Amino acid sequence: MGLVYALIAAGLSLIFGLMELVNFAHGEFLMVAMYVTFFAWSLAHLDPVVALPLAALALAGLGWAVYHGIIRWVLGGPMLAQVFATFGLAVLLRAGAQFVWGVDFRVVKDPWLAGRVSLGGVFVGLPQLAASALALAAFVALWWFLARTETGLALMATAQDRQAAALMGIDTQRMFALGWAIGSACVGVAGGLLAMFYYVFPEVGGVFALIAYVTVALGGFGNVPATLLAGVLVGLVEVFAGLLISPAMKYAVVFLLYLAVVLWRPLGLFGRF
Amino acid sequence: MLEVSGLDVLLGDYQALWGARLAVERGEMVALLGPNGSGKSTLMNSVSGLLRPRAGAITFEGEPIAGLPAHRIVGRGIAHVLERRRLFPYLSVRQNVWLGGYHAAARGAREAEYQRVAELFPIVAARAGQPAHTLSGGEQQMVAIARGLMARPRLLMIDEPFLGLAPQVVAHLTEAIRRINRDGVTLLFIEQNVELALSIAARGYVLESGRTVVDGRSAELLRSPEVRRIFLGG
Repeated sequence: MGLVYALIAAGLSLIFGLMELVNFAHGEFLMVAMYVTFFAWSLAHLDPVVALPLAALALAGLGWAVYHGIIRWVLGGPMLAQVFATFGLAVLLRAGAQFVWGVDFRVVKDPWLAGRVSLGGVFVGLPQLAASALALAAFVALWWFLARTETGLALMATAQDRQAAALMGIDTQRMFALGWAIGSACVGVAGGLLAMFYYVFPEVGGVFALIAYVTVALGGFGNVPATLLAGVLVGLVEVFAGLLISPAMKYAVVFLLYLAVVLWRPLGLFGRF
Repeated sequence: MLEVSGLDVLLGDYQALWGARLAVERGEMVALLGPNGSGKSTLMNSVSGLLRPRAGAITFEGEPIAGLPAHRIVGRGIAHVLERRRLFPYLSVRQNVWLGGYHAAARGAREAEYQRVAELFPIVAARAGQPAHTLSGGEQQMVAIARGLMARPRLLMIDEPFLGLAPQVVAHLTEAIRRINRDGVTLLFIEQNVELALSIAARGYVLESGRTVVDGRSAELLRSPEVRRIFLGG
């Protein structure tokens, strides 16, 4: 689970790192991705694994459209306008999902990957295991893109100094739109993976988004590699708290860890800024 | 080559430039002078497209460029090295310099250009893998100028190249700037120290409160009572 958390958080962190803007609709983007996966299964009989690129593409399109339709127009505005723009989008998406798809819980039945496997005596759900592996693969792809391609380099340059980047000939508006598309594609992949073993309903984004904010804050805002480590940490803490204390208390322990880190290191464990 | 006339620029509600003017001929080395807040950087930022003028004309090689976005202007042949170097702090020296040649017109000869700037500034090769923020101020300035040259500009603008540098570093940098100019790149730079600036540049423009008040050859400016009044308050 930690790796999936990390992937959700990476999308959030990428967008924040690029333009110092918190996307409060990130959880709702996840919800949309899960519905895309669910309907790909129920209408087109595509297994969630097959529908994964579809979910990623759909969310990349959503992110791109949200940037050009909304974010671009509030960027120069006051901080509160930016907060309300993405928060309003979250409310709109959630209420829209309730209106169009209803409040029922939906489940993808009989996915290809089901059942459990034994890993050295510990039983792990196959969908969870596959989700972790695919999330890690998505992370590696993201890292490769950022560190090894010209466009990834331009994206990082834009994040670090947008004026200087513009003077290199980098179209910073395009980079912002691209950042939204990639950040949203991360959550698209994560949503597709979650839909293999988690219910799909309009409020599903809430708890995952909350964990994503914690993960990003733990790692240090805008620091994508640190987000991976923080995500794994959150996943481990959640599992062990559920095991050793009580399943009902697992999120309480996660948030307690968050409070402790924020009090002790306000910039996050590996923070810069 | 570059002509600026009647330039009015607003920074928010504050008008920083009032009809400023400037002209640079091909191959020249020109200093832009003036006290703090006189609008030197605002003028340079308007030329490179970081700011949009409210009124006035900016032409480069005969074509109007006022109002074009910055990422398009660099492709026209103007590179701008910002005040305080503004390297990408968490990218390596090599990545910083390499990004200088990002725009389409510079991409073809990128590898050869990289070799050339690395030869001009050995620090680029010596510190290639190091994150830019770990360099000293003088080293950062050289990397920033190297990054600017990667764009293969015909006009290179540098905002306060000597700010906060030790005298030996200033001497070294001056030599490098002279060489860049001799190699055929027209230069416009901002400097607060009048004597230093006019010992390097052939001509200068003096801004005061957003207006171009005096201009002329370096020797004339050094003798000018007007320049003395502005900088010494005499």
